[in-house]
Amino acid sequence: MKPLLTTSGLSRRFGGLRAVDDVDFTLMPGEIRGIIGPNGAGKTTFVSLLCGRILPSTGTVMFDGADITGLPAFRRVRRGIAYTFQITSVFAKLSAYDNVALPVQRRLSDSRSTASIRSGVMGALERTGLADRASMPAGELAYGHQRLLEVAMGLALKPRLLILDEPTQGLSDGEIENFIDLVRDIARDATVLIIEHNMPVVMQLAGRITVFDAGRILAEGTPHEIRADLRVQDAYLGTQHG
Amino acid sequence: MRDIAPARFYALHLAVIAVLFALNFLLPAYHHGLMARILVLAVFAMGYNMLFGYAGLLSLGHSMFFAAGLYGAGLAVVHLGWGAPPAFAAGLACGAVLSLVIGLLSLRTSGVAFMIVTMMFAQVFYLAILYFAPWTGGDQGLVVPRQARVLTIGDQPFDLADPQVRYLTALALFAAVLLACLALVRSRYGRVLVAIRENEERTTMLGYDTFSNKLAAVVVSGTICAAAGAAYALLFGYVGSNFAGVQYSILPLLWVLVGGAATTLGPLLGTLTMYYVIDVASGYTTAYLLVVGVVLILLVLFFPKGILGSVRQRWLGWLP
Repeated sequence: MKPLLTTSGLSRRFGGLRAVDDVDFTLMPGEIRGIIGPNGAGKTTFVSLLCGRILPSTGTVMFDGADITGLPAFRRVRRGIAYTFQITSVFAKLSAYDNVALPVQRRLSDSRSTASIRSGVMGALERTGLADRASMPAGELAYGHQRLLEVAMGLALKPRLLILDEPTQGLSDGEIENFIDLVRDIARDATVLIIEHNMPVVMQLAGRITVFDAGRILAEGTPHEIRADLRVQDAYLGTQHG
Repeated sequence: MRDIAPARFYALHLAVIAVLFALNFLLPAYHHGLMARILVLAVFAMGYNMLFGYAGLLSLGHSMFFAAGLYGAGLAVVHLGWGAPPAFAAGLACGAVLSLVIGLLSLRTSGVAFMIVTMMFAQVFYLAILYFAPWTGGDQGLVVPRQARVLTIGDQPFDLADPQVRYLTALALFAAVLLACLALVRSRYGRVLVAIRENEERTTMLGYDTFSNKLAAVVVSGTICAAAGAAYALLFGYVGSNFAGVQYSILPLLWVLVGGAATTLGPLLGTLTMYYVIDVASGYTTAYLLVVGVVLILLVLFFPKGILGSVRQRWLGWLP
């Protein structure tokens, strides 16, 4: 099977800081991959390089066999890379419906039918359990629902790769359980890359985990292997559980 | 909010147009003439509102687009001897081309830099008008000859300088632009513009090329403003460099803010309000700008989102 996404020698420097340092990374289609690491390890910078929010200093990004290193972010989105923001950034003044209509109408740009947009929007809202709140302004939704709306907007793009940046931050335990089910559901037809601080969530969801530390990949493996890895325990888990 | 029948929006706007049509027969001569001018300038304000209200781009150089239409139409009549319809089209074309070029250059910036760059380009445009005085009339301006200001429909010539014809022509342009703006802001493109205004980076990450969308907004806005300028030249017969000055970049911003940014009817309301405040105040005192200042302060205090913006916020959430 050919990988969906690979990076080779990917680096990004901010002044003297090597936020991402010579990273070789491979993602297979259909995976749920977890990315963990201490604060400042370069996780968000790394996924920002993948989705094109920032451009690399050196290195390449290949997606589905094509070099996308120089592509602007919106073209990567059109190729199937969706990114949901770490800090909730729904369009607060627009209704939940309009928030999701934006990605749907973009994806259906060849279709002129209002009905197909409506069904696309309601489909994404139903999957995230927000259908009955479609007409509410997004800014008036509860925080947990805003996070779900963010995911619905990503889903509405029907991405091949969905990047979730700390999606469970600020959610209650009950909401987190629903969220895990939702991500499993999404992963049936998309590859999922998830940055997450909540260890139980990553351990449950991810098939494989990549550990970042100081801009480099420290370790990679199944949740079981990562838990057993002494270097990871030193760099990260140790400080959490110690 | 998308579930409200579109009929309601169109009914409201058609009612406004009908009232303006009725005013043609009711207004005394002085107010009739003033209102024709207000309708044309409201078109200018609507063009400004497309960019400022909906796309969230604050330009301080929109006088150049108005003046592009004004001079495009005026110079075509004066130097090329064109009739009113082709001259109007020339004005529109000048506005479209100018806004495309200015958009391509100035959208490389954003925020305060965008304001400064657009203002700078407008100053260049203004100074160019003064520099090419042999053609443009410099700071004296040009009078558009009356025999050219005729619109022939079928075999029937209509004299655009005639108050009735002038008012109804201004109203026709206003109505066309108003309905076009309404359709535009309720369209998918309108939704994208608002998304860019609210959070440009998020819009990019939904797969939108925000630069192209903003460029289209500049061109639509610039072309509407040029339509107002071209109509002004043909209806009122004067083409002057003062319309290219800084004042005419600030005025549409003021009209839109007073009426309510990102509302379809706000530009008309704002233009009307400001014109009549100045008109009434200057009848009582030479210090009428003081009155204008007080009115603006009261507006900021009690209607911070403009008249219609505050009405929408407090009572009528469905207003487009």
